[in-house]
Amino acid sequence: MTISRRNFLKVAGAAGGILLAGGAKSARTAQTPQTSSGGVEFNGMLIDTTKCIGCRACEEACNEENKLPKPTVSFSAESVFEEKRETTPDAYVVVNRFPNGKNPDKPVFVRRQCMHCTEPSCASACLCKAMEKMPEGPTVYHKDRCMGCRYCMISCPFDIPKFEYNSPSPFVKKCIGCYDRVARGEQPACAEACPEGATLFGKRRDLIEEARKRIYQNPDRYHPRIYGEHEVGGTGYMYLSAVPFRTIGFRIDLGTKHYPELTSGFLSAVPLVDILWPAVLFGFNYLISDREEEGGKESGDEE
Amino acid sequence: MKSNVTPMPIPGKPADPDTGTLKGFLRFLAQELKPRGKVLTPFNVVTGIIILVGIAIIAVRFARGLGAVTNLSQEYPWGIWIGFDVVTGVAFAGGAYILTFAVHILKVKKYEPIVRATVLNGFLAYVFYSGALLLDLGRPWNVVNPIIGNAFGYGSVLFLVAWHFLLYTLVLFVEISPAIADWLKWVKAKRIIQKVTTATIIVGVTLSTLHQAGLGGLFLTAPSKIHPLWYSSNIPVLFFISSMFAGFSMIIIESMFTHRIFSDRLDEAHRASHNKILLGLAKGSASVMAAYLFLKVIDLTHGHQLGLLLTPMGYWYLLEVAGFTLLPLVLYVVAIREQSTRLVQWTAILTAIGVILNRLNISVIAFKWYEAVRYYPSWMEIWVTLAVISMELWVFRWVITRMPIIGAPPDFTAEGGTLNNLDDAEVVRWKVSSRWKVSSSWKVSAS
Repeated sequence: MTISRRNFLKVAGAAGGILLAGGAKSARTAQTPQTSSGGVEFNGMLIDTTKCIGCRACEEACNEENKLPKPTVSFSAESVFEEKRETTPDAYVVVNRFPNGKNPDKPVFVRRQCMHCTEPSCASACLCKAMEKMPEGPTVYHKDRCMGCRYCMISCPFDIPKFEYNSPSPFVKKCIGCYDRVARGEQPACAEACPEGATLFGKRRDLIEEARKRIYQNPDRYHPRIYGEHEVGGTGYMYLSAVPFRTIGFRIDLGTKHYPELTSGFLSAVPLVDILWPAVLFGFNYLISDREEEGGKESGDEE
Repeated sequence: MKSNVTPMPIPGKPADPDTGTLKGFLRFLAQELKPRGKVLTPFNVVTGIIILVGIAIIAVRFARGLGAVTNLSQEYPWGIWIGFDVVTGVAFAGGAYILTFAVHILKVKKYEPIVRATVLNGFLAYVFYSGALLLDLGRPWNVVNPIIGNAFGYGSVLFLVAWHFLLYTLVLFVEISPAIADWLKWVKAKRIIQKVTTATIIVGVTLSTLHQAGLGGLFLTAPSKIHPLWYSSNIPVLFFISSMFAGFSMIIIESMFTHRIFSDRLDEAHRASHNKILLGLAKGSASVMAAYLFLKVIDLTHGHQLGLLLTPMGYWYLLEVAGFTLLPLVLYVVAIREQSTRLVQWTAILTAIGVILNRLNISVIAFKWYEAVRYYPSWMEIWVTLAVISMELWVFRWVITRMPIIGAPPDFTAEGGTLNNLDDAEVVRWKVSSRWKVSSSWKVSAS
């Protein structure tokens, strides 16, 4: 088979198209999502579990702010602490009670909500950018973009996004860090509602300073670790505790790598394969076509 | 001649319905859509009931939400509609890219007789699996979002998978379209399609490579949720490699059935060559499986996971890897030495079970293996899966009994397009099977 000009152009065109598509993709994947090192100062929250009294004012405030349905059990009922709760499509923040290993008389209360990771796994997992990390700090959800594939739920190391399984037009629901309030310069509803000052809202850097100060000044009161400072590359919402985090429902095996990094190696290979594979295959094809033309007539087919 | 970029239908022989005109085309289509042969066979009745009930379940799913019919939960967002229908099904559709690669790029002519059936299988698999995917999406009407570009999630593996999935389905359509052109007697269209065959296949192999790997890549974001024996940064490579032997095994299994059911369409020459084909596929499968197992062992030792083998999940892992990957590899080798096609077929079934286990393990079983309350599919999830498979079988059978799919296709081999007119194609077809003579007059049906 001879390569006519037209054939060549056809092949070159196809390869070029693939190249362009691959190139565009690689340019985007090379651009990592906003990082704190990229100059953006994210807001976050420091949750001091040693100060939390389990009053659930944060839950109530969250419920009002996000116009969620009222719970069946009132916010003042202590019975909810009898079992460990997860966030639900109707409750973006839940407080759990854990026994205190150091002081049995004083149980530990831990609130659970979106951690607003510095580089959120959910946002990098979403194929239509329904989850997005905002420069102000919150990771928000664009309901109009979501297709309900629930890959964010697979990817979230904290299992925070929740899905409305019983709706014909379901959304993913999670704490969005009171984005509207934060964008206006206010603090999230839960932080404002906390009567004990257990939740501190501010710039992430300042919060880490504050947390360190508390640990240094009260070494007996605090377990010497800030949960969320390094976990999964850093989270916006961070915790202090009197007891090891393992004992109060935190996963300590998540590592310090940010989650988008888990797939970035694979994704960066994509444009390479998209470009090199067709080139190699076309090469093969031409080589074999030529060989066939020369050898085919005398020796017949291979089979 | 060269300005004809879009396929332009030209009329077939005057005696046949003129598929070149819209009216003739519709009349031909109506005639072809009529069932042939007995309608109330046991197979038809059983699958018909499965499909009808399945449609009812799907209606409930869209009226009342996923929770009404599935056992999906906040802990297990993906069940068998993803883990089996999509993740496993796509692996089995891998046969199409390997075989087109072997036949059209490497020019291994031996496998030509089975290319069309395999490509058809792949195409239908993709169409029906993407259909099943829509059932699982909470907001399927937004499925176009990452395609039309109002929000491109470039950093997402799922974005890559979605695009490659869509494009590869189109490629498979182009790859199967010569059979459609044969059926409609659109000779010119076929000639145009054949000119882009090589380019199409190369694009197809590329797309397959990435999205087979990408399906595995999806699970890279869940290192803390997938059991360490299965989680590996090599998941994409493992998925790609295993899609090859999944594809091989599916080709072998599929030909077992088609050869029995549609045996009247095959001539002796084809039957004889088929044994050679099966042994060839076994060889291919065995070598790929050896590479796969090698990678698995490296993963296991480098990850220092050997201790985990002596746990319940470890035994389960060993069952998958030793029982349904290593054992079939050994059996393939034995079958090749003994030249036993029967053993090849049994081994293909074992291999397929191994692939199903592997995909289900990563997406469902070893996913959050630590949860107190585990996910089990509801009967309705299983039923809908069976309904999807039944529908696919119906379409597969319909196509096979009407288009030249099994047996030697008329002029697929012609590099320079030696068969330029319909008469040549007809002659070849008549040679292939005497039954073809009947069905290729298009009007006669066995009803």
